[in-house]
Amino acid sequence: MSSIVSLPDQSTARIPKRNYLTNENGILSWLLTGDHKRIAILYLISITFFFFIGGALAGLIRLELLTPQSDLMAADTYNKVFSMHGIVMIFLFLVPSVPATLGNFLIPIMVGAKDLAFPKINLLSWYLYMIGGCLTLWAMITGGVDTGWTFTTPLSTHYVNTNVVTTGLAIFIAGFASIFTGLNFIVTIHRMRAPGMTWFKLPLFVWSNYAASILMVLGTPVLAIALVLVVLERTIGIGVFDPTKGGDPLLFQHLFWFYSHPAVYIMILPGMGVISEVISTFSRKRVFGYSAVAFSSVAIAVFGFFVWEHHMFIMGVSNYSTLVFSLLTMLVAVPSAIKIFNWAFTLYKGSITFETPMLYAFGFMGLFTIGGLTGVFLGSSGTDIHLTETYFIVAHFHFVMVGGMLMAFLAGIHFWWPKLTGRMYPEKISQLAAVVTFIGFNFTFFPQFLLGMLGMPRRYAAYPPEFQVLNVFSTAGATILGVGYLLPILYLIWSLKYGKVAGNNPWQATGLEWQIQSPPLTENFIEIPVVTQDAYDYEWLERQKEREVTQVG
Amino acid sequence: MDHISPVLWQFLVKWLTNFAVIPPEASKVAPQMDALLLFMTLVSLVGLVLVIFLVVTFSILYRRERHPVATQIEGSTLLEATWTIIPLGLFLVMFVWGSVLYFRIYTPPPNAMQVYVVGKQWMWKAEHPGGQHEINSLHVPINQPVQLTLISQDVFHSFSMPAFRVKREAIPGRYTTVWFEATETGTFHLFCSQYCGTAHSAMIGDIVVMSPENYKKWLQSSTSGVSLAQDGERLFASLSCSACHNGTPGARGPNLAGVYGSTLTLSDGQKVTVDDAYLRQAILNPSAHITQGYSPIMPTYQGQVSEEGLFSLVEYIKNLDSNYRIKQTTTTTELAPVATAATPAASPAANNGKVSHE
Repeated sequence: MSSIVSLPDQSTARIPKRNYLTNENGILSWLLTGDHKRIAILYLISITFFFFIGGALAGLIRLELLTPQSDLMAADTYNKVFSMHGIVMIFLFLVPSVPATLGNFLIPIMVGAKDLAFPKINLLSWYLYMIGGCLTLWAMITGGVDTGWTFTTPLSTHYVNTNVVTTGLAIFIAGFASIFTGLNFIVTIHRMRAPGMTWFKLPLFVWSNYAASILMVLGTPVLAIALVLVVLERTIGIGVFDPTKGGDPLLFQHLFWFYSHPAVYIMILPGMGVISEVISTFSRKRVFGYSAVAFSSVAIAVFGFFVWEHHMFIMGVSNYSTLVFSLLTMLVAVPSAIKIFNWAFTLYKGSITFETPMLYAFGFMGLFTIGGLTGVFLGSSGTDIHLTETYFIVAHFHFVMVGGMLMAFLAGIHFWWPKLTGRMYPEKISQLAAVVTFIGFNFTFFPQFLLGMLGMPRRYAAYPPEFQVLNVFSTAGATILGVGYLLPILYLIWSLKYGKVAGNNPWQATGLEWQIQSPPLTENFIEIPVVTQDAYDYEWLERQKEREVTQVG
Repeated sequence: MDHISPVLWQFLVKWLTNFAVIPPEASKVAPQMDALLLFMTLVSLVGLVLVIFLVVTFSILYRRERHPVATQIEGSTLLEATWTIIPLGLFLVMFVWGSVLYFRIYTPPPNAMQVYVVGKQWMWKAEHPGGQHEINSLHVPINQPVQLTLISQDVFHSFSMPAFRVKREAIPGRYTTVWFEATETGTFHLFCSQYCGTAHSAMIGDIVVMSPENYKKWLQSSTSGVSLAQDGERLFASLSCSACHNGTPGARGPNLAGVYGSTLTLSDGQKVTVDDAYLRQAILNPSAHITQGYSPIMPTYQGQVSEEGLFSLVEYIKNLDSNYRIKQTTTTTELAPVATAATPAASPAANNGKVSHE
């Protein structure tokens, strides 16, 4: 009864002649496409471009911090460099990273649909992202911006004369890209699931992207409002954030963090989805406590909206409101702990292999555990006083965002590379890259925890000499990390031509995306599948294979 | 050590001998902070080791060569409840402990000595009630609670004292307070930790903790001769505050003597306690703070008084317990305008240096 296309085994596989990459040719067929898979590839290329810009800026920051004096660049230049690093990495890389690339590519296939609900809005989302991205680059080239990625008022509205308005508008526009992606995911997941695909048969990747989509749709407009108010304050002086006109600069903090705290969950949740898929596949075992992991994503999304004030504990907010927000912050830490243990127990009695995606997933688990636990240091209001605004914060969010999200992104890219391109990446060198990244990462960011404990403030172009040794360690680590990130781009491009042909299901994974050809057809499925199996149903997969053998035989 | 570069060698030796993971514990609250940090670090290490242990053990036991066929397991409510409840419990302990610490750090004791701090691009200006002004440094006595009232003149700054484990944001348009009690003499770092523009990383200074005798000497040697309250009194007269707030029956403004710390009823029926922040607001935005029984005639002083001036006025009103000198000044002004620079002899503001609380 199964309507799933079955093609020969990997050893004899060829790249199918007709697939979404060969279906149409010419640059216009890409720029005007409505195909979610092509848009995903467009996004993948663009975010990689911005990642390397952000990475180059990170390199400049680390070089400057090699010595205590601000000698490589002037303080103003340093301020611009770290501001642009934050803006590019957060708004142009981390927020769209997994959802707009892997999510775009996989969610329709995972739910058994031919495309997202609104293909044209999906394409519009990429254009908005590109307009936002190009405007940001324009702002950078024509003088940059030095407000930090947080646009803190009144610094951003009254005291700097860099390209705040251009950058603010760029992020405003890019924000709509994110809203459209979220909207598309929500509608698709609600309305376009294949027959038999109930909510609890959805892969956890879909659940976590669903949770992230809710955050994108409800949170991003608040960022848009905050940015518009900054622009208006700067251009015509409306005064909402200006105390001399009866405004309140803390209002900006509330508005900004109302988005920007949930934004960290927008960044991390889809990554968690990747980890669920990867760990299950390479242990050949269903995810331990599926519903707990699914609901913990939703819990993170819900609680994530009510913790923003923990960014403001030392800003003169009421002590009693601090109690509430600190408590809620502790609660939001619990679902993350649940996920980590559920993943660990997914390995229990599995049949584990250690391909690159699995190595990245292990890296994620270790680094995210550190990142999450140090978040508790900051969520507890008392210790936050000592640690906030220091390198401890920097280390904490890099452990979550880079150690967590970027590891998950790379795990996902390697895991689905065969599906995206039809070819395998080279295994040995990519395992090496995963290990190099892990080592480089720890070298770079662990010393920063110590710097923070010692009290070194963040965003310092020059610092007291006693902090130098730890900074030298950090910069040395960043060099290793840089190599770890350059390797994949080289061998993945190489594999486009020379990689082994992957076949449909090189990992013997259970998701619907692995039951169709690689690369998929433009319409994904020849017939819409009828889903009878659970997510991660490896016994069903075995039965499928047996049936194929008997049919062929 | 011939095969290693001598520069690098010295560098490492120097670092290894001075290696610290925590700044000096130089305040009363620092050991309390460090106890909680230690507890959290230990819990985190246990958690991390547990996760690593599980991943490594399972990876060895259940790698494909040893365990070719996976056993499918749905989940376990008991186990999941365990790893929900134990972290939750630990996090709640950290929440309660952290909150106690937070309230302690941000609730100044009544006997704290007062220092006012203005943050501006890019310097810290500390104003002592006795008329000592310092830039990018703060001199305090040992074993004496010190309360800082902070404000920023422009953008957000943050007054960070890692050795005291204490930090507070200086915000434009509102007062924030923090306190500490230094327990060790010496010089410690003062940082601005909130990004504030070009010279953010140059907005640093020294906290100098002195023995009581040295501190007394420092107070005497560095006073400008005019205490904050005296400066406030001068402003009070020159801004013509005394024309209305003179305590006479039928005066157009409320009597300010003894007003600090009292509870006022505003014209909209709201009850407020008069503190530093209220006084500042009432000067800058008077129409929003009309005391019951008075008409909204006071003009705003927004833009006419600097933040330092406001601190002086606040300090003056804080210490005002009679209108005797105001009346005297007003009368003198009427008689002979030249004589306004009266000597501050028996003024209520003369007992500064140590802050008097009524």
